[in-house]
Amino acid sequence: MQYPKLFIFVLVLFTTVELWAKPIVVCESCVVKSISEAVALAIDFDTLLVKKGTYKEYNILIDKPLTLIGENYPIIDGEDQGEIIRIVSDNVTVDGFFIVNVGTSYTTDYAAIRVVKSKNFLIQNIVLEKLFFGIYLEKSNHGKVYHNKIIGDAIDEYNSGNGIQLWYSDHVEVSQNIVQGARDGIYLEFSDNITIHNNKSTNNLRYGLHFMFSDDDVYTDNIFENNGAGVAVMFSKRIKMKGNTFRKNWGPAAFGMLLKEINDAEISGNTFEENTIGIHIEGSNRIEYKANNFVKNGWGIKVLGACYANTFRANNFLYNSFDISYNSKLNDNVFDGNYWSAYTGYDLDKNGIGDVPYRPVKLFSYIVNQTPEAIVLLRSLFMDIIDFSEKVSPVFTPDNLLDTNPLMTKVQ
Amino acid sequence: MIHIEGLHKKFGKNPVLSGLDLTINKEGVFAVLGPNGSGKTTLIKSILGMVVPDKGTISVQGEPIKKNWKYRKEIDYLPQIANFPGNLKVRELIRMIKDLRQSPSDEDRLIALFKLEPFLDKKLSTLSGGTKQKVNIVLAFMFDSPLLILDEPTTGLDPASLIHLKELIREQREMKKTILITSHIMQFVAEVSDVIVYLLEGNIYFKGSIEALKTKTGQTDLEHAIAAIATRPSHA
Amino acid sequence: MRPLQLDLAMLKILKYSFYDLIRSRWSYVYFLFYLLLGFVLLFLNNDVSKAIITLMNVIILLVPLIGTIFGIMYFYNSKEFTELLLAQPIKRSSIFLGQYFGVAGSLTLSLVLGLGIPFVLYGLFKSDAIFDFTLLLVTGAFLTLIFTVLAFNIALSNENKIKGFGYAVLLWLFLAVIYDGLFLMSLILFKEYPLDSFSLGATMLNPIDLSRTLILLKLDISALLGYTGAVFKKFFGTDQGLLISMLMLVLWTVLPIWRLVSVAKKKDF
Repeated sequence: MQYPKLFIFVLVLFTTVELWAKPIVVCESCVVKSISEAVALAIDFDTLLVKKGTYKEYNILIDKPLTLIGENYPIIDGEDQGEIIRIVSDNVTVDGFFIVNVGTSYTTDYAAIRVVKSKNFLIQNIVLEKLFFGIYLEKSNHGKVYHNKIIGDAIDEYNSGNGIQLWYSDHVEVSQNIVQGARDGIYLEFSDNITIHNNKSTNNLRYGLHFMFSDDDVYTDNIFENNGAGVAVMFSKRIKMKGNTFRKNWGPAAFGMLLKEINDAEISGNTFEENTIGIHIEGSNRIEYKANNFVKNGWGIKVLGACYANTFRANNFLYNSFDISYNSKLNDNVFDGNYWSAYTGYDLDKNGIGDVPYRPVKLFSYIVNQTPEAIVLLRSLFMDIIDFSEKVSPVFTPDNLLDTNPLMTKVQ
Repeated sequence: MIHIEGLHKKFGKNPVLSGLDLTINKEGVFAVLGPNGSGKTTLIKSILGMVVPDKGTISVQGEPIKKNWKYRKEIDYLPQIANFPGNLKVRELIRMIKDLRQSPSDEDRLIALFKLEPFLDKKLSTLSGGTKQKVNIVLAFMFDSPLLILDEPTTGLDPASLIHLKELIREQREMKKTILITSHIMQFVAEVSDVIVYLLEGNIYFKGSIEALKTKTGQTDLEHAIAAIATRPSHA
Repeated sequence: MRPLQLDLAMLKILKYSFYDLIRSRWSYVYFLFYLLLGFVLLFLNNDVSKAIITLMNVIILLVPLIGTIFGIMYFYNSKEFTELLLAQPIKRSSIFLGQYFGVAGSLTLSLVLGLGIPFVLYGLFKSDAIFDFTLLLVTGAFLTLIFTVLAFNIALSNENKIKGFGYAVLLWLFLAVIYDGLFLMSLILFKEYPLDSFSLGATMLNPIDLSRTLILLKLDISALLGYTGAVFKKFFGTDQGLLISMLMLVLWTVLPIWRLVSVAKKKDF
């Protein structure tokens, strides 16, 4: 259990804070009965200690540098009225609240916590339920969103919001969060130099993580599972994606990860497991794919449109229905030294590298692109015969798409 | 015992039996003879229920045989070609047939008679044709059914075994049984049978004792009598 | 009429046919082949997932072929024995069902033991591939039952051995390869039209495709769910696919058995 630890942590924090500054205490039987009241009373750099209880408040505006600490997760109930907390000052910390019932609107993106044009914020240990948007960072830099739990119940895209959203915000760290049941778990737009680490984004309606026009970001060791469409990385440059797990994104338009117009990225050490498509790539160039595992996906990698100068090295392709699928006859990408479980060649000189090249694109994948219903003929003898003849003399698939150094054993 | 009325059977467009009537209601050995294609085997198989007639009725022991299989308890049959599941041993085959029929049997005497003891633990596929026929005979004679049907029983038998076979047939006749035999060996037929049933073009052409047949054809031995009877219709 | 009525005589004939077959050299060859295949796949490759995929390929091709050939050979070779049985006080249905289940049973046993032993020794029960493997064996058993009875039907309707054998091998070739070729061609020809009901229907009408689909449901569900059609989605995305496929396999077994019995009843021997 996390809570006892958290409790001690909060308690310790609370006692240390008390040593040097007397906090403003908020509780149902206290002099100060609401958070808005306390914020109004406080001066810069005060600490507000909110005791356990239910506070029916919304539009709480934090316009000075304050530290808000919830003791034993006090509940802030917005009663579906609109936005709950808005931070418009630098150096604000919000820590340890249970926030529910954010108002839903078709015109305004109400959020549980919105940070506007502020710096050095810290939002941590927040539990969100019944939300529209969760934590919304707007033109705010150098902050941290840490260890929050966002549980949405989104059913339709048009009336649901994102768990954590960054808009024109730079140098923010998003880590140890759990986001589920939102529209997009984590959404970035025009946000650069962001670190997204160790989050778990699952069961979201659309994407577990969604990048748009955001450069130089890093995301590592996150888990994305069973999201409507997986993870989408679009129109962004120099993104580093490492050690993430993309699992069980199933459906006609679902993939572990979608790369669209992505250049100069590095994708390494990730695991793509049991997705309809492991990575769906469109118009992405100079990407280095290294040491990733593609396990039991429908398509390990599906390449659409022009993709140039990408390299795939030391990846494991294990038991995918199709390892690689191309929709054109052109190939400008390099596949070298990967392990392919479907490889049937031999290694006579025992150097660990197969003596015949491996052709990861099967004719059947081309047929399925043309006639999707043909998928029911997967693994039939007829298809094996056709694939074999295509392997011998490629007509429909790129003939230079070869791994000339297929490994005989898995990359560990 | 056996009562057949208006039996018709065609194979394709080729009529084999056309309105055959036959009644056998006493014991004795009945030799069913006739030229090739006269319908002997079809008649026997119809009685056994192996061939389904197009028209007509067959009763065995007073019971109509249509959609019936229990009446075969009353029949012991020796098929023409003795071929058995190759991987079974002789002993197992005998046990199996006993197991299937669930009737009292005296196979031990017959095994001794035909000196089959050394073969009991041999697989059927390793036996010679004659030995297989001996096993076949054991299977047919080991039960005590009132009706016996023997289709070419002499095939492949050595003289000693042939003598044993004739003894067995005689013995069965003395036990007041009805025995139907087909054979090409007229000497054998003359030796064992009481009544000749001669089939021609799908019907009974002659039924009576060997003596009656000789008288009718004016021949002195059975072989010539049969040959004469077979040629007469074409001159008629 | 109760074509599937079990009775004592049938069980006896089943027992003897079964004994006869499990003592034949070919049953051992068949059994040893699977045993060897299982050991090679598991202990040399050391990769259960890969072993299951290879086994699937073997099962959907070899099992029908062996079932067909064994079925047709057994039927023709036991012609005289069948005639001997026909003269016994036994119902015809008992004779043919007994022989059929004897052949299909011994083939199934060779398959299940031959593959089962190496997998058990490998420690399959501790692995999560147990379900996939069980499904493979169940499918293999069904294919044995189906193709043996199809072969029996062909043999029953063709007195001429060479013809019967030819038809049986053609049937296998048709269902294993040609059918899928025609299937694919019609998909490509009519790709402008919605084809998901057609393609599922065509799959149901071929027991080999049906078995393959059952295995695909386990091995390639990620790919199958990539298709947009609602019928596909319902079929592959829910338990419906498994249930319908199983039901169709049962039909594929029961209907030819029913035909076998009803034709055998009217046939002259």
